[in-house]
Amino acid sequence: MSHPASIPCCAPVAVTAERFTTGFRWMLLSRTVEEKIAALYHAGKIVGGVYLGKGQEAFSAALAMSLQPGHDIYSPLIRDQAGRMAFGEPVLDALRTYLGSALGPMRGRDGNIHRGTPTSGVPAMISHLGSTISVVLGMLMARRFRGENGIVGAATIGEGGTSTGAFHVALNMAAVEKLPLVLAVANNQFAYSTPAARQFACENLADRAKGYGVAGYTVDGTDLAACLAVFDETVTRARAGGGPQLVVGKMLRLCGHGEHDDASYIPVDVRARAESRDCLDAARLTMLENGWTTPRELETMEAESYETVQDAVSRAQREPVPDASRETWAALSSHWLIEGGRHQA
Amino acid sequence: MSITYLEAIREAQAKALREDPSVFIYGQDIAEFGGAFKATKNLARDFPGRVLDSPISEDAMMGMAIGAAISGMRPIIEMQFADFSSIAFNQIINQAATHFWRTGIPCPLVVRLPSGGTAGSGPFHSQSVEALYGHYPGLIVLTPATVGDAYSMLLEAITLNDPVLFCEHKFLYYHLKADSLPDERLPIGKARIVRSGHHATIVTYSAMLHESLRAAAELQKDGYEIEVVDLRSVKPLDTDTVLASVARTGRLLAVGEAFPWGGVTAEVVARIASEGFHLLDAPPRRLNSKDTPIPYHPNLWAVHRPTAATIESAVRDLLKQ
Repeated sequence: MSHPASIPCCAPVAVTAERFTTGFRWMLLSRTVEEKIAALYHAGKIVGGVYLGKGQEAFSAALAMSLQPGHDIYSPLIRDQAGRMAFGEPVLDALRTYLGSALGPMRGRDGNIHRGTPTSGVPAMISHLGSTISVVLGMLMARRFRGENGIVGAATIGEGGTSTGAFHVALNMAAVEKLPLVLAVANNQFAYSTPAARQFACENLADRAKGYGVAGYTVDGTDLAACLAVFDETVTRARAGGGPQLVVGKMLRLCGHGEHDDASYIPVDVRARAESRDCLDAARLTMLENGWTTPRELETMEAESYETVQDAVSRAQREPVPDASRETWAALSSHWLIEGGRHQA
Repeated sequence: MSITYLEAIREAQAKALREDPSVFIYGQDIAEFGGAFKATKNLARDFPGRVLDSPISEDAMMGMAIGAAISGMRPIIEMQFADFSSIAFNQIINQAATHFWRTGIPCPLVVRLPSGGTAGSGPFHSQSVEALYGHYPGLIVLTPATVGDAYSMLLEAITLNDPVLFCEHKFLYYHLKADSLPDERLPIGKARIVRSGHHATIVTYSAMLHESLRAAAELQKDGYEIEVVDLRSVKPLDTDTVLASVARTGRLLAVGEAFPWGGVTAEVVARIASEGFHLLDAPPRRLNSKDTPIPYHPNLWAVHRPTAATIESAVRDLLKQ
């Protein structure tokens, strides 16, 4: 269940079988993509880091499903494979970026989760946590200046990222400018190896909302129905002019910070808590218990996901990689102001 | 009629706001109050809703500008002092500077940086930060020294599809005057030979141009003809004009108000040493501020930065070699 921290209660959790199943499919596809990416990494096929969103698929997918792709703005972070796809990113673009395809959105100039297509409302995250929230504010300001109304901007971050100055100044500015921002905080209990108790001292991060003058909500981040309800509610409120909305979901990161990290620092008792359950297992159970699916249909969905991912992998692997001899090395779009390589000796 | 350097900056912004609906200005105290230096005086009145007061949040101001820029706007950010851009450093160098190269989507914005020292301003309201930003690929760094350049370079900067750091010098704001705004402009990226000579070249920029010109005038009394080159833009840096000048004079002094370690003057000397070593009749020299924070008291400040007197002395040393 979700409950607002500072405004009257939102609607009870009611979700149709169809919507829940759509969410489950994004979660399943995300898990399948990420397991494949992890396998490619451990096989030495991916250079650099691999960062997964295992355990956060429900929270991630639900936010993106509440938005309107092609209209709204969605700023994912490192554990949002599910949300990225639910907002319209092709599976292929994830594989292209991880495998360094020259045809991907980053063309081998940046990798892994550092990808985006700003023209379709998805800024390309940088590694510095919190710094993309204010970029979303600017994307919203641009639309406000042009008189385009009814557009929502969503940004995601983890509980560790809430300790940055960038998070604070951006949320404060969003409130001052009364922008339609939905800020989703995934409290997955660990920022790399640091437990939440070393990250913040308040009881509930959503309580901070009042201090910024924005609406705050908490939600069980492992409960797809609750996540869909809270994001449908907050996106609707933001779209209607209700100002920034802060949503904090709790779950456990079911993987290391990256695939180089075995997360052995997460205590067994933390893993055993109810709030640490796997959202994908929980969603599967909900569908079976409600008679929304059968074990046979689930097997079919899994097979379809696997096939989609395999197709993307084989296609991305066949695509050209960047050719250094054809790289322009041009960091400016004002080409006549590029100094050129003559000083690089 | 006469117009000051500061008024030129305000007029350029007014013209840009008038001619391009995608331009807006965001900064602290810039709306009704007109800015700490009055660089946006009356602009909020004349362009309602497009000149907005910001919270004291340089990081978010820059991030917001980046988001607006990649969405088709042309934001101008006024940092109240260049010194405070350190709070926005991450956004400028990691987000704005990398954006075009990473995504292919341009990031057209201008950050106005009231820069450099004035008497009594102390360590945190006096800094010259052009070298910091010049270091990073993907940024354009401008350092106008004249009323005409303040106007025409700001207008051109606003039309560029890249992030521009516009280092406007506070020492020049009120005292530097011109008879009128320029009709013609020298494009960004070109240095200007402000004074011709054949005994030595001074390469400089921003407020140090005027100290250098005074030094050159003094040296002329002793028969020395000193060529003075105003870089105008420190990134890109017009190496060709500097090389051509050194080819004529055989001697180089690079003068900057910024701290001495690295920076623009070091870059100028490095380029001339590597590309024009054969043109030099003496080792190339640099003159910068002292290697301490910028002092508050005018007695200390006057000695901390290069002045006409210390520049003259450095040129005399150079001419002896």
